Amino acid sequence: MDRKEFLTFKRAAAPTEVKKVERRTTTGLAVYSGTFGKKEAMHLLRRTLFGVKVQDMKDFSAKSMSAAVDALLNTSTAVPNEPLNHYGKTMPDPNVAYGATWVNSALDFNFNFQRTMSMKSWWWEMAAKQQSTIMEKMVMFWHNLIPISALEQVDPRMTHIYLKTLRNNAMGNFKSLVRALSVDPAMLVYLNGRYNTKRAPDENYARELMELFTLGKGPDSKYTEDDVKAAARVLTGWNINFLTTPPTATFTLNNHDTTNKQFSAFFNNTLITGRSTATAGTDELDDMLNMIFAQTEVAKFICRKLYKYFVYYDITPDVETNIITPLADHFRNNNYNIKPLLDKLLKSEHFFDPLNMGCVIKDPTTHIAGFCRQWETDFPTDTEQLYNITGYGRAFGQAILQDILDPPSVSGWPAWHQSPQFLRSWISSDSLPKRNQFTDLMLFTGYRRGGYTFIADVFKVTRQFSNPADADTLIADAVAFVLPLELNITEIATLRNNLLPGGIPAYNWSDEWTQANDPGHSSHATALASAKLKLQLLYKSIMNLSEYQLS
Amino acid sequence: MKRRLFLKAATAAGSMLPVTLNGLSVRAYANSPLMHLLGRRTGNNGNVLVLIQLNGGNDGLNTVIPLDQYTNLTKARSNVLIQDTKVLKLNGVTGTGLHPAMTGLQGLYNNGLVNIVQDVGYPNPNFSHFRSTDIWMSGSDAKESWSSGWMGRYLDAEFPGFPDGFPNTGAPDPPAIQIGGMVSLATMGTSVNMAMAITDPSNFYGLVNGTTDPVPDTPAGRELEFLRIMANQTNQYGTSIKNAAGKATTLSTKYPTGNTLADQLKIVARLIKGGLKTQVYMVSIGGFDTHSQQVDNSDHSLGAHATLLQRVSDAINAFQDDLTLMGIQDKVAGLTFSEFGRRIMSNGSVGTDHGAAAPMIAFGTGVQKGIIGRNPVIPDTVTVADNVPMQYDFRQIYVSALQDWFGLSKTEVKAAMGGRDFNTLPVFKASRMGIEDFADLVSRLHLYDVYPNPVSGEATFKFFTDGGNVELYLFDPLGNRTHTMASGKHSMGEHEVRVDLYGLRPGNYFYQLSQGNRKYTKVVVVAN
Repeated sequence: MDRKEFLTFKRAAAPTEVKKVERRTTTGLAVYSGTFGKKEAMHLLRRTLFGVKVQDMKDFSAKSMSAAVDALLNTSTAVPNEPLNHYGKTMPDPNVAYGATWVNSALDFNFNFQRTMSMKSWWWEMAAKQQSTIMEKMVMFWHNLIPISALEQVDPRMTHIYLKTLRNNAMGNFKSLVRALSVDPAMLVYLNGRYNTKRAPDENYARELMELFTLGKGPDSKYTEDDVKAAARVLTGWNINFLTTPPTATFTLNNHDTTNKQFSAFFNNTLITGRSTATAGTDELDDMLNMIFAQTEVAKFICRKLYKYFVYYDITPDVETNIITPLADHFRNNNYNIKPLLDKLLKSEHFFDPLNMGCVIKDPTTHIAGFCRQWETDFPTDTEQLYNITGYGRAFGQAILQDILDPPSVSGWPAWHQSPQFLRSWISSDSLPKRNQFTDLMLFTGYRRGGYTFIADVFKVTRQFSNPADADTLIADAVAFVLPLELNITEIATLRNNLLPGGIPAYNWSDEWTQANDPGHSSHATALASAKLKLQLLYKSIMNLSEYQLS
Repeated sequence: MKRRLFLKAATAAGSMLPVTLNGLSVRAYANSPLMHLLGRRTGNNGNVLVLIQLNGGNDGLNTVIPLDQYTNLTKARSNVLIQDTKVLKLNGVTGTGLHPAMTGLQGLYNNGLVNIVQDVGYPNPNFSHFRSTDIWMSGSDAKESWSSGWMGRYLDAEFPGFPDGFPNTGAPDPPAIQIGGMVSLATMGTSVNMAMAITDPSNFYGLVNGTTDPVPDTPAGRELEFLRIMANQTNQYGTSIKNAAGKATTLSTKYPTGNTLADQLKIVARLIKGGLKTQVYMVSIGGFDTHSQQVDNSDHSLGAHATLLQRVSDAINAFQDDLTLMGIQDKVAGLTFSEFGRRIMSNGSVGTDHGAAAPMIAFGTGVQKGIIGRNPVIPDTVTVADNVPMQYDFRQIYVSALQDWFGLSKTEVKAAMGGRDFNTLPVFKASRMGIEDFADLVSRLHLYDVYPNPVSGEATFKFFTDGGNVELYLFDPLGNRTHTMASGKHSMGEHEVRVDLYGLRPGNYFYQLSQGNRKYTKVVVVAN
């Protein structure tokens, strides 16, 4: 092909129907032993981080596969700060200074909404500024699996406790996580546990505990309606107290059903003895969780969920046999510890199979917070300005179908459970153009509010590429950095037109890049402006490709 | 009477220069029932402009060839100079001809469909591809960097607030379409790009023809195919483009194969014929940076540059043929441009280095046939530093297009040019739809802007007639006549009528001047 003839419409007409069958892999959980270079490292990072920095790409591709996964799994539960009072300038809070955290203060209904938004923006900030570990993606995984709604809470501090529980257990033990969330104040509000008494049992949490949080509705999950009723009785007697600091879950024996609870043959006819002591609530809960976690279906259920989250949504019979079943065995053998499970999956030949690369449609938080991390956008230091910006990122995520901490239902977001659409449900006639609008906005004008402009500095990332003065190398680096799939020669040539329009010689870009980076050069100012525009247009062209929506 | 003379005369006579519509775009009301009732729209006149970018810097001296300069040209560039016997002749023109490869354009010229402006450039020419392209796209001076484009600023005023609220029933189609990889500065508005940039040509080709690009036979390919289909379906203008393309078929058999410019223009013709209301299309062809081997050593009329010019000429010829067969030739005009011409003196690699001024070629039934300007004068002794000096500023052609082809007011044109005034050139015929500033050079009927506007009390209407029965009426937004400002025989000259509009319901009113079958309509905003 003549390089100058970039634009050709002479392309073979392709079938217009979506193919029903495509190649799938039969690889299993054996440890991946193939090449671990930039491509494989980027695949691993794209799936486990919200946004991958250039430095991540360099650091992780220099490691062995095993060391790279180990590093990603070496997480910390520490957070740099807590949600802050960002509203005090316009709405003074008598108990919390502007810029200080409100999470350790008394409940004040006057500030519930502000604090709730502070909570949500704060979590978005954690994602956008995440460490190079799997932690934030796992917190999101658990939130989607066992969610609450922040806007339905009576006390935003409970949302904070809930999120802290997710974080503290995200890489720990799954059973412990379920145990904690079963009597979590925010959960007692969200699924009516606080109204579940021996006189008027409320089955809400008991049902979701089995159906959505542990056992699922797979063909081998054969718990009965009576099991749900019995479980609800186990869970009677709990309530919340938001008058204390911190707020707590409370147990009132008088509201607890102290009779025995009989479960079905699916649970080996387990009988949970009714207790009448002060610890009856937790004692019976522990009995019940022991009973549930004795079922092999629990591990399979979680493994399928994790597989859909980290690998692909389509679980074929081969995947069920080669991945889910042995992975679930591994999970149970490790007493439901999460880290060994992830270690096994992420180091597998199946995970690094080329057929499993580039097939995940990015969730909105990955699209937005991930962009900000990948392009290393600067955040303001002033609290109000910071929350303006993080609030904008959060709200944009909501506009493209993911309102973090307020999922559409107790099932989480449809993208992670609704067959057959799954991840495709992130993409609507409204959300797809908005996805492009976000990246366009961040590349060109930025988001301006309160005197601060939130924008991607295209030079910041470009300067970290291997040889940005060379147009072809720059494009290759940018494509490999931003897209999970390779482009064909026509597409590359089209991108090249942004830097070298009309096929002019490569030194034109090299010269401009050099001048743009040399403050002493007589043409520095104009070269800087001109190079900036070219980079903006190049990155826009890449991000507007459909491939950009994939991970 | 020449337009500029008329303008001078009008100014000398002390006539009131038109005031603006105070930032209100007449075209925003272009789709109101009344405007259809009146059968004529001001401003947006439905005309289409196709900009053809010749990327790389086209060698103007070998494109529009100054036959009367051959003695000095031979001294300066003998290794690339076209044999004078092969230069294509133009009817009625002596001393200037076209490159031998441009037979298509020669035919169009001889049929009265081509206007050539000689030596177009700008003061203090810049020899960087990038800088010079930015200058041409933005319409800035050489020493400035503007972040918006000349077309973008025009379209910004045309589509206020874009893209919020667009597309809508009044403006269902993209303001501009740019086919090709580079998203152009020319269509960049003050905050967003006004063009639907086809950065993914294969996807666009699929959209137009109802196909999708092949994807790999993998899970990723499966998702990619889904995303591409969604991208086309949810492209805010995807449906209107698809519908327009579906309504028209290519009629010309002259489109060459292996010609990317022809491929692009072929789609443009279909979209226009299919009813797309897009006003500006940008297409491009690269390869004009002919530093070396510009011509064949054995025959200078052949070679790389000849191939490029033939593609341009063949593509335009086929496009014009297609437009004519489709019956839409009167609403489409084209304009070629390049970031610079090339050096007078050729180099040792049988090529030419970056230069300055070069010809621009306009085509279509709406252009005035002819060549504007004299041939470039080649000095007796040419050094490597010598360039073709400009005769005309490129922005003069822009304002000619905006004013004479799109029918904008001088005020609007000035705004699009970043607040600067440039004189028009007679590139385009006087707009068929009338131009408010000097609407009627032939018939001498002109309607000035009302003053003030918006108005809440007394309004001053003013018109010029060459004498006869003249009517000037005011209509309310529903089309009911509310006031008669003039009706009956008027002598030649300017007439002024004052009317008290106090008490009228607020809204967009229309005032219409008519004499015989000539009619002009404008908007006045009543803000009581």
